[in-house]
Order: sequence, then structure tokens, then C-alpha cells
Amino acid sequence: MTAGLRIGVITFPGTLDDVDAARAVRRAGGEPVALWHDDADLHGVDAVVVPGGFSYGDYLRAGAIAARSPVMGPVVEAGRAGMPVLGICNGFQILCEAGLLPGALVRNQGLRFVCREVGLRVEADTAWTSSFTVGQELRVPLKSGEGRYVADAATLDELEGEGRVVFRYSEPAPNGALRDIAGVSSADGRVVGLMPHPEHAIDDLTGPSTDGLGLFTSVLAQLATA
Amino acid sequence: MTVSPVPAPVDPAPPTAPPLPPLDDVDHAAATPDQSQPHAALGLREEEYARIREILGRRPTEAELAMYSVMWSEHCSYKSSKVHLRRFGETTTEAMRARLLAGIGENAGVVDVGDGWAVTFKIESHNHPSYVEPHQGAATGVGGIVRDIMAMGARPVAVMDGLRVGPLDAPDTGRVLPGVVSGVGFYGNCLGLPNIGGEVVFDPSYAGNPLVNALCVGVLRHEDLHLAFASGTGNKIVLFGARTGLDGIGGVSVLASETFDRADPTQAPSRKKLPSVQVGDPFAEKVLIECCLELFGAGLVVGIQDLGGAGLSCATSELASAGDGGMQIDLDAVPLRAENMTAAEILSSESQERMCAVVTPENVDAFMAVCRRWDVTATVIGEVTDGDRLRITHQGATVVDVPPPTVAHDGPVYQRPYARPDDQDALQADTVARHPRPSGPAAIAEQVRTLVGSPALASRTWVTEQYDRFVRGNVTSAAPADAGVVRVDESSGRGVAVSIDANARFCRLDPRAGAQLALAEAVRNVASSGAVPVAVTDCLNFGSPEDPGVMWQFAEAIAGLADGCVAMGLPVTGGNVSFYNQTGNTAILPTPVVGVLGILEDVTRAVRSGLGPEGHAVWLLGETRDELDGSTWAGVVHDHLGGLPPRVDLAAEARLAAVMADAAADGLLSGAHDLSDGGLAQALVEAAVATGRGARIALASGPDGLDPATVLFSESAARMLVTVAPGDEAELARRCAEAGQPAARLGEVGGDALRIEGVDPLPVDELRALGDATLPAALD
Repeated sequence: MTAGLRIGVITFPGTLDDVDAARAVRRAGGEPVALWHDDADLHGVDAVVVPGGFSYGDYLRAGAIAARSPVMGPVVEAGRAGMPVLGICNGFQILCEAGLLPGALVRNQGLRFVCREVGLRVEADTAWTSSFTVGQELRVPLKSGEGRYVADAATLDELEGEGRVVFRYSEPAPNGALRDIAGVSSADGRVVGLMPHPEHAIDDLTGPSTDGLGLFTSVLAQLATA
Repeated sequence: MTVSPVPAPVDPAPPTAPPLPPLDDVDHAAATPDQSQPHAALGLREEEYARIREILGRRPTEAELAMYSVMWSEHCSYKSSKVHLRRFGETTTEAMRARLLAGIGENAGVVDVGDGWAVTFKIESHNHPSYVEPHQGAATGVGGIVRDIMAMGARPVAVMDGLRVGPLDAPDTGRVLPGVVSGVGFYGNCLGLPNIGGEVVFDPSYAGNPLVNALCVGVLRHEDLHLAFASGTGNKIVLFGARTGLDGIGGVSVLASETFDRADPTQAPSRKKLPSVQVGDPFAEKVLIECCLELFGAGLVVGIQDLGGAGLSCATSELASAGDGGMQIDLDAVPLRAENMTAAEILSSESQERMCAVVTPENVDAFMAVCRRWDVTATVIGEVTDGDRLRITHQGATVVDVPPPTVAHDGPVYQRPYARPDDQDALQADTVARHPRPSGPAAIAEQVRTLVGSPALASRTWVTEQYDRFVRGNVTSAAPADAGVVRVDESSGRGVAVSIDANARFCRLDPRAGAQLALAEAVRNVASSGAVPVAVTDCLNFGSPEDPGVMWQFAEAIAGLADGCVAMGLPVTGGNVSFYNQTGNTAILPTPVVGVLGILEDVTRAVRSGLGPEGHAVWLLGETRDELDGSTWAGVVHDHLGGLPPRVDLAAEARLAAVMADAAADGLLSGAHDLSDGGLAQALVEAAVATGRGARIALASGPDGLDPATVLFSESAARMLVTVAPGDEAELARRCAEAGQPAARLGEVGGDALRIEGVDPLPVDELRALGDATLPAALD
């Protein structure tokens, strides 16, 4: 059962989607645990969500300062040891800056912030996508100014070869992301980052679909059977 | 170095500072009565300066002069508008006030929305800064209104923006509009505030004077209401948030209170030549929001005031005026981001992201601890004193010693002359009737397409796609829906609907009727969701109050809006006046923007904007008359503005809103869309495009035997398109008959085109593509 599972949701100064991420964890049947950027430990959580926003105002580079805040030490350590970690939007940028995920997110091709509902194709079976089938299409919001995924060709080839491209935009990437990549994972499939916002797609009333809930039910199911 | 706030042309700075002249404290001012002062350069008239001398019994110090000049500016003192704005207070009845927890005069009005919840909302202009520097001007406009909402003790939950710029193809529009949109988006997105709607309007009158009006909605529990007052002798005054710098000095007195051709915005009276436009840091504001909410939650705040226009001058004098004592402030304690700032500069700086709180001495440590947790700079800069003076010291000397109300409230009041413009009769006589109306299926379809792709009606997605509408997960409806809908209470589903509207073309033809039509449209938009309209905020954008014709427009618009609010039982809870919106001697179209707040007991029952499912019936509620003067059709097709605006019938608007609320509460309606710009044709197009479905429509010519083009393009008010399941049609008809609501069945939802009787078929995909292409083609 997933009831007793605790998922940490980090709040940095400037984090915006922490309430949404916590709501998604709760709707999926887990217990959200608020983690503060200044915390030096993870309070015994079973998984961590690094939510979206503009941590530290995106100063220097999006995610760069947050990646070096106290709470990220134990997150990186736990992530390398196999704890499921999900980075959404700014959280994805933070995980890249922290070295948990390869590549980087740079300014959108059109140089403007884009808020749009996008189609997202699930491309890999990971800790955060196990309740989907590969090839399944999700409808979730994308909202970012620096969402263009880039990496050198060798890295991209390696990611594709190892099945670590987790999500691809099913239409041409609105931000110009290389190979239409919307999300990638660590080699063990436990750490996932994506630019679109599954936590905003958990209720037809407020989002384009309920597709996003699947990421949270996936990880809870994984943890429950572990 | 000089202590004057007026530029002394001494740049570049000498390597060693020149000897300081004597600090202009109150003793020095008293001893040097004849010293000339730069009151005119600061925007004060001779008689205003004389009055300050009379109040103080001496000449003001330079710091006092700076305070009075910003606080007595048009922007802060409402000196030209006050006599007219009083009408709102005088006409508001006890019954209208029943839901108000705070009204005009507070930072923002607060409305009881039930179950112990309250909502505060307010709209404000940031027009002139947004012309000088579109991105920062618009960004700080959002920042300012958000702080007003925070100052009431509320959590800001949504923003809206009303934007008016020159023609889409005018050269400067390509600079102003993208800059403004990126500024609104940058600030709101970074704050985590969903943008739920607004307006984008193109008109030549805004080419040299764009309008940027920003609205913020905040939510609080009744018991969390905070007001701006400083009381309790010995209580501490804490300044917290960003440091105080040289930016935005003179913003309100120079930028917001003068016409551009008289005050060169690049030559603002700051000796350090920093821009009069402030620079925003939304990250600092986001942290400040969370910090404030934690302070409120812990009960650590007695009174609070945001620092916006006029900075510390405004915050200290208003807090002290609203309290029961005096106040002592030490400017040496103010954290600065520039060296050698004079008292006058510190007092008039409009550095953003600052708040001022009144805190009991025993709570100061706890207050500081919360600020430290959020890395927010906080400093005790003074305290509440007994007595009735606001005393401010700088470098050990008393530089301000004034009765606070004389700064904050007792500014000049002008009875500006006003007169109906000479050209008004000719304008109203020049109706659009002399222009041809299309006839025949092809000609009408062609004009529908022309309108759909016109800048006036084209899709605003290029704008709204730059705004986050998902954050916090409580927005159930946002642009292009008629109203933005935000859930207030997740457990009960209780929420609010908000819309902002104005039709400046109608206002030009008849400002009194135009203001009421704006109110009617905003009410209708809110009602289209099924919400019950309960309160009004307004942003009154006009030309120079020194022009009697403009003053007449202003007086008429206020009279119209006040009477309209009485007729609909809606209180005006607060708002903002922006004058001097003109280029040379040419004023903008009179633009009173009206925001309406409505309550939804359960947002899950809100009516969706657009058409219902295949096979549902399409009904038109309300009456269509031959009313094309001032319409979008007249403007787009014939480049014509003249005649009289559509008839105002507020009883009909109220009846329509009541029918909508009842039908929505009982789940009778599967879709709705209000009729406004572009009339029935555009309403059908927008509903079809929003839903991705067509409809088969028969046009009733009505009792007046109107031709199809008139039925399609008329902008008669008090009308709404609704869709209803076939089985519910009889019930809808029964309710309308019972309420005396005119209603007619037009057809049913279905197919992939709009098939309007007497008009060539209009495929929905083609309509969408037409509307979507216009803004990107001009702006990308």
C-alpha cells in the first residue's frame, strides 16, 4: 500500500509550484513532506520532488544557486543511491545543475516565455513512469522561458541508446529542445527531470487532463513494491 | 555636494567631495525664510507652495518639500478628481456596503465572499512608466498592485492586465506591446501568480500613451484583515524588504502627473540622473509575500502599508495619519543601496519590493526572526509617538516636522472647469448609417472573416501564452474565457470570477453611457460563468484634467459609473485615477476600466466558456437592436467612430445575470459566451473556436425586421449566448419567461463549421487560423 509513503517537496526561496506538487502527491495517495532549502537532511522521506518556480530568482543561471543550497547535498547523495527524485521545470534545471542529470536547459528558441498545453509521449519505463505504457501520450502544461533541452551529440546519442529519454514533445518542441526532448532520467531510471508540469494535470477542473497524476502513482507503486 | 533634490549640473563628480552646505533642517529653514526653493520643478504650483508655508509657519525644508510635492501630486492626492470621486461614497448605500469589510481609502477593498472567506481586489494604472520603459514599467505595475493586496493581509492569488496600445501596425507598437507583455509576464510568472485574463486593445489614441492597468486578487480569512494605521505609543516602525535606492525618484510627481510633452521623462529631477522608472525584482517580492504571510499568521503585525508611489513619504504620512498618535523616523537607519542619499531622496525614492509595518516592542525580535528566515532585510526605523507630529531626523538633525494629515490627506482640491466639448454634437450626429452594410451570403461571410482577423478581435494567445495560468492549481477558467475564475476554498469549491472591461469608443461617444456599458460588460462576463456579481473596482484613464473637455468626460464617466453601481447594487471598493494620458494636446479616448468580482459557491458548477456538446441547443438571451454606432464593425470595416453607443439597460443586465446564476447553480447550461465586441457573429466564432465545434444557426430578424448583417454585427448590450441540452430547453424557456428575460432559440451545436442562415459556411478551423495569425504576423 502507498498510504504510509512520504514524498518530500522542496521549497527554495522563489519556488512556486510546491503547493501543486504537494497536492499531486496527496491526490496520488502519498504523504507530502515539506522540505526547506536550508534543511541538511531529508527527514526520512522515501522520494523527493524538486518543484518548479524561479528559485533564487533564476539569478546567475536557472537552478544554479539552488543546486548548491544545503538540502541538495543529501538529495544528490540519495539520488545517486537510488532514491526516486523528480525535477519539474526549475527542478529539472536544478537537477542538471547539481549533476544528477546530464545536459542543460537554455533559453527558449523564440526567446519568450511559453505557457501552453503540450502533448508529451512517454518513451521509457522509469520509477516515475511505470504506470504508463511506452508510447502513451499525455496532455500537460508547459510553462517556461528556459526550457530548451541541450546536450552534445554524444550525450544525446548515449541517452537515446540507453533508453533515458523519458518524455518527448509529440509536436515540434515549443522551445526548440534538441530532438524534441522534454525529459530525461538517470542511468538507473530513478531520477527523472522534465520541463512540462505533470502536477498541473491532475484534475480536469484546473488542468488539461489528469494524465500527470500517473507520475506520482508510478513512484508510489514502485516504492510500495520495493 | 548639494542637498537639493534638483539636479545641479556638477557631473562628473570631483575626486574629493566639496564641503557640505549646512543641512537643511527645520531650524535652518526657519532661519532662512527667503531661500529660493525648486517647488515648480517638483510640480508644485505657487499657491500650493504658499499653502505649505502657511501650514508649517515657515518655508519647508528640502525634505519636507520633497514629501509635499510627491504627496500633493495628482497621482497621490487625486486633487483634480476628488470632488468627483466623492460621488462613489455618497451614493453607496448601507445595503451595497453589506459585504464590504474594507472599502475606498484602504489599500484595497475587501469583500466577504462567504464561509469566513474574504477577497480583496484592486486595479491600478502604470501607464507612463510603461511608455518610457515598457518591460520594467509594466513589471513594476504588477508589483505595486500585488503589494497593495498583500497590505490587506491577503495572499495574492491571481492577476489580470488591461493593455491599450497604438495600432498593431504602428511602428512603436512593436516596441511597447512586446515589452509590456514580457514585463507583466516576467513579474507575475516569477511571483507564482496565475494571470487569469484581461484586455488588449489597439487604438491610435494610445500610440503615444499606452495604458497598462494591472489587477490583483487576494484571498484571506476574515480574521486576517490588516489595515494601514500606526497606533500605540512606543510601537516600532519596521521597514522591510529591498534596500532604498535612487530609482524612481519623482515617479509620481513627474511621470504620473504630467503630460509627456511638458516633462521629458529622461530629465527627471534626480541629481544622479537615474531613471524615473523603477526596476522590479520579482524574486524579492515573492520572498516578501511569503515573509508577510508568515508575519500575519504569527500575529506580529499591528498595521502595515506597502511602499509604492511616493515611497517612504507616503507610507509614513499615511500610517501616521490613520493612527492615533505621531511618529518619529530616523532616516539614518534606512538601509540604502546608494551612498550619500539626501533626506529628500530617501523619502521620495520609489525603490520596489518594500513594506512598512507597525510592530509592538515585545514582538520586534520575533518579527526579525521571521524576516531572517526569508532572508528579508528588516530594520526598525522609528516609532509611534504621542502627540500629532511626524518628525523625521537625518544625520542627527530634524529635517521634517509636520502634521501628517497635511501631507497625506489635506492636499489641494481643485474644482477643475469642465465643459462638453464643442465637437460632441457633431460626433454624435455622424452615425454609421451612411455606410453600407453587407448583404448576401458571400459578402456577409467575408466581413465576418475580416472582423475575425482584425487586430480588434484577433486571438490574444500571442499575449496570454506568455503568462502562467496554472500555478497554484486553483484557476478553473482563464483567458480567452469571458471571466477568470479562481477557486478560493479547495474543500468546498467556493470561488470568485473576475473580469475587467472598458469600451473607450463608446465612452468617446457618450462617456456617461460608455462607463455604464463597461460596468454592464464586466458584470455580464462574470455572470456568464454563473457567478453572482458583488463588487466593483475601477481604473479611470483620462487625458489632462486641465482640459475642460477631458474633465467633462471624467465627470460624466464617474456619474455614469456611480449611478450604474447604485442601479445594480454593486459597491465600488477602490481603484485608481490616471490623468495626463495624452500626446501633445490630443487626449486618449476616455477609458474607464471597470473590474467586477463575482462569487461562485462551487466552481465545479461554473458554466464553461464556449459551446456545449454536439446536439445541444444554442439560445440567445437578450434583445438585438439596430446598434452599430461605435461598434467594432464600424471601426474595422468603415474606420468610423460616431453616433451614439448602444442603449444602456441596467435592469436588463441585472435580470440576465440573475437568470445566468440560477441556471448555472442548477447545472442547466452546457456553455455560455457573452456578446460584446463584434456582436453575435464574433460571439459565435469565439465560442466555436474555443470548443472546436461548429453550429447551425438561424437568424431571427426580430420584431424590428433587422437584416442579417445588423443582427450579426450589432453590439446591443445585455445579451448572452448559451447552450443547453435538448432535454433542458423547456426548463430554460420557462425560467426566462418567468423572469421576463427575452430568449430565442438560434439553432444547435454540431459539425465543423458555423452554418448561419443567409451566410456562407465558415469552417471552424479556418476561423481559428484567421484569428491566430494576426498578432504573430505583426509581432514575431
